[in-house]
Amino acid sequence: MERLRRMLGLLAGDPQADRVVPPTGFTARLTVLSAAAMAFLAVFALAMSLATGRLADRWAEEMARTSTLRISAPEDQMQAQTEAALEVLRTTPGVAEARPLTPEEQRALLEPWFGPDLPVETLPIPNLVEIIEDGQGYDPTGLRARLQAELPGAVLDDHGRWRDPLVRAAGRLRLLAWVSMGLIALTVAAMITLAANAALAANAQVIRVLRLVGARDVYIARAFVRRFTLRALNGAGLGTLLGALAVLALPSTDVAGGFLTGLGFQGWHWLLPVAIPLLAALVAFFATRQAALRSLMGQS
Amino acid sequence: MIELDNVAYSYGGGELFSSVTLSLPPGSFHFLTGPSGAGKTTLLKLCYGELKSTAGQVRLFGQDTRALGRDAVSQLRRRVGVVHQDCQFLDHLPVAENIALPLTVSGCDGSLDDLEALLGWVGLRGQAGRLPPELSGGERQRAALARAVIMSPDVILADEPTGNVDWDMSKRLMTLLVELNRLGKTVLIATHDLSLIRATKIHVAARVLRLKDRRIQAAGAHL
Repeated sequence: MERLRRMLGLLAGDPQADRVVPPTGFTARLTVLSAAAMAFLAVFALAMSLATGRLADRWAEEMARTSTLRISAPEDQMQAQTEAALEVLRTTPGVAEARPLTPEEQRALLEPWFGPDLPVETLPIPNLVEIIEDGQGYDPTGLRARLQAELPGAVLDDHGRWRDPLVRAAGRLRLLAWVSMGLIALTVAAMITLAANAALAANAQVIRVLRLVGARDVYIARAFVRRFTLRALNGAGLGTLLGALAVLALPSTDVAGGFLTGLGFQGWHWLLPVAIPLLAALVAFFATRQAALRSLMGQS
Repeated sequence: MIELDNVAYSYGGGELFSSVTLSLPPGSFHFLTGPSGAGKTTLLKLCYGELKSTAGQVRLFGQDTRALGRDAVSQLRRRVGVVHQDCQFLDHLPVAENIALPLTVSGCDGSLDDLEALLGWVGLRGQAGRLPPELSGGERQRAALARAVIMSPDVILADEPTGNVDWDMSKRLMTLLVELNRLGKTVLIATHDLSLIRATKIHVAARVLRLKDRRIQAAGAHL
């Protein structure tokens, strides 16, 4: 109970205790600046983590349930082969929907390489059939065997060959973003610990006087904890604000930009950066408290 | 109040003093004298728990200081007012806040009227808002004395309180300490100024202890 009371006392802080430590302009500014820089980076790491998460989910969700059937045939047999393929697919268990891509959809697919207004109708390109699975999914080996027998020119692509590496890459990127945030938090803790130790060493005389007049360690620690927690909070608040503005200033999402222009926050995710200054303050609180109590114990 | 029983203190491989036995009963007035380096300051620090003896027992208000944790010693220290030769202030805080510091750290709501009265008693009413480095040596010592007594401690320990002030100011400080003793406070003053001891003994029944050759002894009648 006493321990809890002490913790709450440290969390609440004490403006009067804060006053007993002399103001230190330069180190204070450095701490605020470092916290701001770290928070700025954390905003980007968070944005990247969320963007890669969205990307991985989208790829996994969209591609896991779709596949493509490519039909290559002489021009005069193309329509018949496509209809035969659709018939095979209609009778395949696990296929919810199968439809050939329209010329507009094929043009959109080729547009990044050939530019707009491509006359796809005049080009000898294969027909594509989009297959959407139902909840059960179909048996790709069985379907391939049937197609091999009935439509030798049809090739089934279940996207797994390039979907899996993409989803894995997106997952790794997300992991890296989280690791970056962890490293940023550790850096903040290390930086605050160093700054707090320097402040404690510089204020050895103040600590001596406080002990002389009967101050307990927890009171002395509180003066430093409050000060560094507020510095980290203010610095990280500023850095988060600047980071959020920078993310806001990024180009908006479009199809051509792909992942890069999707780097940002969407919907309620804009609330998440608010947690960065609070986390920075929490990290500073524990780092300073630990440093102060250890240092005071060493000075006794 | 404070009892030392066969106390020894060593540091750096050497023994500063040993077999020191001393008792400060409530309301007593003691001087501690001896040559420089004899260990007067160390003995005072043992008395208020800043140092721990290497042998023997120091009892502060009946409690063995070696058995106490730092927080418990801090708690007991609030019942002891200490005046140092170098005063030891927080130079960025005004004099009034420095004097009120023991109240602040102990979480007591000190009355501003009491602080005003205390400033008047030590003759510093006009200096309350000034910073310690702006005060003269005598003013600093009086401020240190005010800080030592603001918690109304049972014991006052003073380490060379007149070391940096002139004769008149020394006598004025001694008068304040004698007044406190008359109010029932136990007083122990470490000083090497024998003339000051003689001048003070006219006003108070003080016992003079001498720390010499690693032992403590009662000083001769000439003191």
